[in-house]
Amino acid sequence: MSSPLRRDDVAKVAKLARLTLSDAELDMFTEQLGHVLEHAEDIEALDLADVIPTAHPFGLVNVVRGDIVRPCLARDEVLAMAPDAEDGRFAVPRIMGEAR
Amino acid sequence: MRSAVEIARDVRGGQSSAEAELARSLAAIAARNDELNVFLHLDHQGALEAARRVDERLAKGEDVGALAGVPIALKDNLCQIGVPTTAASKILSGWRPPYSATVVERVLAAGAIAVGKTNLDEFAMGSSTENSAFGPTRNPHDPSRVPGGSSGGSAAAVAADMTPIALGSDTGGSIRQPAALCGVVGMKPTYGLVSRYGLIAFASSLDQIGPFANNVSDAALLLEVIAGHDPWDSTSLPEDSPSLLSHVDDGVAGKRIGLTRELVDGADDEVVAAVERAAAVLRAAGATIVELSVPEFRLGLSAYYLIAPAEASSNLARYDGVRYGVRVDAEDVAAMNEATRTAGFGAEVKRRIMLGTYALSAGYYDAYYGQALKVRTLMIDAFKRVYQDVDVLLGATAPSVAFSFGAKTDNPLAMYLSDVFTIPTNLAGDPAISVPFGRGEGDMPIGVQLLGPGRSEAELFAAARVLEVAGGAS
Amino acid sequence: MTLPEGWEMVVGLEVHTELKTATKMFCGCPNEFGAEANTHICPVCLGLPGSLPVLNVRAVDLAMAIGFALHSTIGFSTFHRKNYFYPDMPKDYQISQYDLPINKGGFLDLPDGSRVSIERAHLEEDTGKSTHLGASGRIRGADRSLVDYNRSGVPLVEIVSGPDIRSSAQARAYASELRGILIAAGASDGRMEEGSMRIDANVSVRHPDEPFGTRCEIKNLNSLRSLVRAIDYEALRQSELLDAGGTIRQETRHWDENLEATSTMRTKEEAEDYRYFREPDLVDLIPDAAWRERVALSLGAMPAQRRASLLARLGELPAAQRDALGVVIDLGFDHFVVAALDADVDGGLALARAANELASDVEHVENLSTEAYVVTLTMEQNGELSATQAKTVLLELLTNGGDPRAVALAKGFEQLSSDSLEATLDGLIAQYSDEWSRYRGGDEKLAQFFIGQVMKVTRGQANGKAVIAQLQSRR
Repeated sequence: MSSPLRRDDVAKVAKLARLTLSDAELDMFTEQLGHVLEHAEDIEALDLADVIPTAHPFGLVNVVRGDIVRPCLARDEVLAMAPDAEDGRFAVPRIMGEAR
Repeated sequence: MRSAVEIARDVRGGQSSAEAELARSLAAIAARNDELNVFLHLDHQGALEAARRVDERLAKGEDVGALAGVPIALKDNLCQIGVPTTAASKILSGWRPPYSATVVERVLAAGAIAVGKTNLDEFAMGSSTENSAFGPTRNPHDPSRVPGGSSGGSAAAVAADMTPIALGSDTGGSIRQPAALCGVVGMKPTYGLVSRYGLIAFASSLDQIGPFANNVSDAALLLEVIAGHDPWDSTSLPEDSPSLLSHVDDGVAGKRIGLTRELVDGADDEVVAAVERAAAVLRAAGATIVELSVPEFRLGLSAYYLIAPAEASSNLARYDGVRYGVRVDAEDVAAMNEATRTAGFGAEVKRRIMLGTYALSAGYYDAYYGQALKVRTLMIDAFKRVYQDVDVLLGATAPSVAFSFGAKTDNPLAMYLSDVFTIPTNLAGDPAISVPFGRGEGDMPIGVQLLGPGRSEAELFAAARVLEVAGGAS
Repeated sequence: MTLPEGWEMVVGLEVHTELKTATKMFCGCPNEFGAEANTHICPVCLGLPGSLPVLNVRAVDLAMAIGFALHSTIGFSTFHRKNYFYPDMPKDYQISQYDLPINKGGFLDLPDGSRVSIERAHLEEDTGKSTHLGASGRIRGADRSLVDYNRSGVPLVEIVSGPDIRSSAQARAYASELRGILIAAGASDGRMEEGSMRIDANVSVRHPDEPFGTRCEIKNLNSLRSLVRAIDYEALRQSELLDAGGTIRQETRHWDENLEATSTMRTKEEAEDYRYFREPDLVDLIPDAAWRERVALSLGAMPAQRRASLLARLGELPAAQRDALGVVIDLGFDHFVVAALDADVDGGLALARAANELASDVEHVENLSTEAYVVTLTMEQNGELSATQAKTVLLELLTNGGDPRAVALAKGFEQLSSDSLEATLDGLIAQYSDEWSRYRGGDEKLAQFFIGQVMKVTRGQANGKAVIAQLQSRR
């Protein structure tokens, strides 16, 4: 059984998910998510060491497409959707840190 | 309103026109949309142009398709080119997709007229439409109650005779539960039977698009139109669309139907009574009713509320204010992402993103997400086992009739429990249908649910048809 | 470079190579370097809501080809999502392979006889590219960034070596040999300067035969030169730090080309929690025997094999020619050399023209047939073209294609026939009779005078060797 969900865990998860939570929200989510995780103790408690996990309901394999060029979207149309664009590119505030 | 089958027949036969059918639909919408908040966007102009094109083509003697001139409502998590698509989230307000979902292309190619986009719980996360950023939809049978969710708008559109058919999506019951609460037919097809391309993802391994209709035949017709392989969805089954409409009157004679304890336990007495009456009707129609128990179904809820949020936490990462939708500006890009998401997502979406992020995070994966995937295996095996003995399972769709606004909003777990009967099939990828059967408290509709193994849609429609004909009265 | 007394470096490389497909990994947008920003994008590679990926079969073929070339086990594989926020990445997750990569294990033998083990070579998608605006043009201090998604979704294979490399020279040899393999397998064009091959280096130091030390990962090395310098710098930094009583923190470091130093990007504590999980929008990849065989059969000879067979033809090589051989193998030009050898062209010449002229215009090498190469070199060897002229002809053939003789003619390189050379010499001997007498009398310096005069009269079209031969025969 995992230890109960703590406020710190919720704060850490919020950071990972890029969400800002107020103190009240932190309290609320800690309690509500705690309830859901408590409910999940029914499956946590099962011994399923020998069970193979299922990620897909049906076992399709090798679904591929041919290496054939298809039309792209018009750049102006795409950039028109963007909150901010400049010089044919999507514009964002400065990036801290580097790509992985 | 006449059925979709009748409308298409009349439009193709010249007794009616797409434009006239559209006018009727728009009038019904105008009469009640302000009250019920069914549509987030009405595409008057686009619908009118499409209807006229259908009529022109018919005048030239062209075959317009199986849904000629039939008005259809689209859940607002289905992309339609140039038409605002929000998934009922502030974060996508104003977004017009530059492409259409495969299902949208297919219904339009079959001659249907898309009148507009229906309300839903934000990103399809919810069971009441109370999580829509644009206000809840009201149940046409009693506007003080919820229509169910997440496809509450599509269910209500059909229930209020605004359109004869509608499309929804079902991740844990989001078609069947609102169908039951609004007194219409709703089916979640076999996973992969209908392309997900252009469906704004909630939980990719569970999401499936399906039909709403006022009757079984219309639902079968609509599913025939949208089903079949799509090369742009890797999880699309390889086969063509099955023949469904021609099998709705096949009946249930000789079928073995399992009345499943876990699919009624905990439901209100009137719901249990409706399911028992449905069993009697099916027995009278020649089916053998077997009472059975599938204990694994009880594990579905926990597994679902780990798997679906986990996938959702990843699927919803892209709403970061960079490429489309709204942006809340900030000093640097990470702060902008966070400000945008904090302002753009509602509480339930945040709750599920948090839950899913936690379930996938280092140190918890095995206990939660990994374990849930194993329960999914148990669930699939349990279904396989039970389908060796019976052809179809029978149970309730929802534990109660439509509840009042606010009844469950403070307690997410209680809200989640309203999906307890619908979740198992999503985990297994199997089809299930909800069909109205009788009425309960406040004269509100009750739905019963029929479940079958993968690709058993024709049998499920046939069984549902038997219940539809019987009418469900006590 | 040498490390302080008693230290040994331990290096493992992660090489990312863009695959040479016509389209991106999961959509039909062109995979093409250098297009105008955001013109190769669609709902899928832009991560629009509702879009879904479908795997490009050619990307799988090429990944498998790399696996064959590296002696990997090719088998059951799956795709995962690697979740982290970054504006270059439209879905804010990267589709990659995790615990079940398409190629597992393997090895690469280097020309010096050493062997580097391969841990895995897996498929993943590339990100877009951002440009940072602001005073410095670098990421730190930029006010604003602009993003181009043309590269987003381009197929990559990441080849992870074992920690078997013990010097920067060996790292360089590994990267260079791997590059040759990728080109030979048709998987990549190997252009590091265009970013189609990028390297991360895991570096640690230890005393020989002791356990591995704490490693640091240096990101995004874009040339062999930076690879060597970054590894040397980092190994030195670590060994000096340890000698001074310090400890190494496990961290990710950035190589600054201008400062020629590595610096901390993020520490282990700051490392992202990527929350890998199976990509539910893609299905399992299980290449069956027929598929694997099709790829295996399409695979050409690998560099080591080609190097050995060319060496067998060429025999012992002087040092300069050994370098040229390396270039020829790396660039896959051995068929030119072999064809020239078959036509009795001198081995040194056949290597030199391929390693210099052909290598100078790799992009256009498809314009040049092996036959045209052989004809040009034969003309040079026979004295019909001077060395400079032969080079000019080759460069012209690379740019515009065509027939060597026609090109030579068009350039006015058609050399004087021996008849007209004799006539020219007759005239010059008559004109400069004094000089001719002195030359015949043994004044060797005057040979240069006559050659110069011949060249002047013929505007450079005469072959110097032929003039000398004439002069000597008339003496």
